[in-house]
Amino acid sequence: MSSASHVQQIAAPLHVAPRFRPHALLAFAALLWFAAAGVSVWVPDADDYERTALFALLVGAVGAVLAAASLAEPALPKGLAARLRGVAPWLAVLPVLLVGWELVTAKFDLLPRPFFAAPQSLLEVFTDDWRRLGESVARSLFLLLGGYAIGAAVGFVAGVAVGWSRAVGYWVHPVLRLVGPLPATAWLPLAFFIFPTSHSASTFLVALATGFPVTVLTWSGVAGVNRAYYDVARTMGAGRAFLVLKVAIPAAMPSVFVGLFMGLGASFAVLVVAEMMGVKAGLGWYLQWAQGWAAYANMYAALLVMALMCTGLITLLFRARDRLLAWQKGLVQW
Amino acid sequence: MVSAARLSEPAFAAGAAIGVRRVSHRFDLGGAVLPVIEGLSVEIEPGSFVALLGPSGCGKSTLLRLVAGLEPPSAGQLLVDGLPIAGPSPERVVVFQDPTLFPWRTVWDNAALGLEAQGVRGEERRERVGTALARVGLAGFANAYPHQLSGGMAQRAALARAIVNQPRVLILDEPLGKLDSLTRIAMQAELVGMWQRAGFTTLMVTHDVEEALFMAQRVLVLSDRPARLVADLAVDLPYPRHRGDPRIAELRRQALGLLGLDATW
Repeated sequence: MSSASHVQQIAAPLHVAPRFRPHALLAFAALLWFAAAGVSVWVPDADDYERTALFALLVGAVGAVLAAASLAEPALPKGLAARLRGVAPWLAVLPVLLVGWELVTAKFDLLPRPFFAAPQSLLEVFTDDWRRLGESVARSLFLLLGGYAIGAAVGFVAGVAVGWSRAVGYWVHPVLRLVGPLPATAWLPLAFFIFPTSHSASTFLVALATGFPVTVLTWSGVAGVNRAYYDVARTMGAGRAFLVLKVAIPAAMPSVFVGLFMGLGASFAVLVVAEMMGVKAGLGWYLQWAQGWAAYANMYAALLVMALMCTGLITLLFRARDRLLAWQKGLVQW
Repeated sequence: MVSAARLSEPAFAAGAAIGVRRVSHRFDLGGAVLPVIEGLSVEIEPGSFVALLGPSGCGKSTLLRLVAGLEPPSAGQLLVDGLPIAGPSPERVVVFQDPTLFPWRTVWDNAALGLEAQGVRGEERRERVGTALARVGLAGFANAYPHQLSGGMAQRAALARAIVNQPRVLILDEPLGKLDSLTRIAMQAELVGMWQRAGFTTLMVTHDVEEALFMAQRVLVLSDRPARLVADLAVDLPYPRHRGDPRIAELRRQALGLLGLDATW
């Protein structure tokens, strides 16, 4: 508490003088968005693009929102205003990038066409193919979350068991060493052969990819628990269950989250490959399908959606960690 | 801590007697056997305050672990009130040199650890944890996490976590070893006060001769490893004691001499 007021004291004089600046930057960003909208409206397209007007409208709308925000900035809630000021430089750079993209594709046709799509082409995918894209997202999420949940749960329990019990460690460790480093995708042909449906096969692969890092990091977390914690708990009458549930597991949680994070990354990779190879739905399938039709705009749109989905899931994981591990200092901010 | 003396006193069980009978202990270091304690016998009166002094690494802390029941001795017998020590028990609680607070628990939840493990719930748990935290002066820090505490505060929290169990034996393994000298002096008096009020038997390892003489009724001087009893000094001074007391100076000279450091005095 005392350190917070200390910071305020130091920060206060800095805040008074340039108070106008971030606000001006927001206004400048708004101007750039308007300019970008103007470019897409008034510079003629090199070919037929159906969504140029809508694209310009959306870009202009962003400009309008920013203009309003820059005017209302002093009246906005403090947290929101601070966040807005924080992203203001990005808000100013984005329209410039958009205009650049727009000019080299839609306006002057400088890039080889089927491979590079204009921004309004992506927009068109979203407006015209949202149903299929949306279903792909839903199928991917369903598959991913199912496999991830199974892999994380099994990995966690296995990791605790290996870390805690010498007997379990003796039998599981060699298996883990042999099978763990194998990329889950190597199981792909076998999995599609063994499992009755491509969905269950893919779920297995995602679970496998998730399970290995979660197991190893949970194990290392449990094995690395300060022995003195057990001594303290034991002298106070703690039994075995207490030592596992209330000492080993909470102490291992930071490591477990590293495993969950790595497992999530691995599961994305397996998901896409599995969907490209066998499953007839999902974003991986959509990418494959779009490539088959040389529909590159669809591919970019699907990639964008996939990136948002992955980063969203990782953000969720980090939020959960921040809540659970609030006691830890110096957490990485995602 | 003057005000703490007026707080409602938890009903501590009286201190227990500890018997150490011809105890030997050795570590097995991958084939090589390292004797740590050799034929040690000590009788400790119920409710007394005994300090263990000895050279670094002589096996003092090992003796404490044996009394705590964290390890069985290689040979000999350890008794509490005449009954053999079979394992750890909340009757005999240890405070280590490192506070070893659980970083994921708040100060309150750390102090509640023993009661949670023993299945003490509800109002009784709340009352006992609250009293213990008040006793060590941390009532206002119940919701703080260990990383937010200073070294002295963390060690107080560890002390609260120990006394909440209403132990009959309090085992202190260099509890003040890592504190700055001012905090250390303050906490020496607090510990003595706590022992006097609660009546538990206190067994404390320390490296600090003056600390041992200031706090304990009896100072056991141990030899270099394997630990043997070299001397049993009675500190026949009433509390509160004064650091400048000529009797303490005399005992200190004697103790340092026994530790082979007489040349420096």
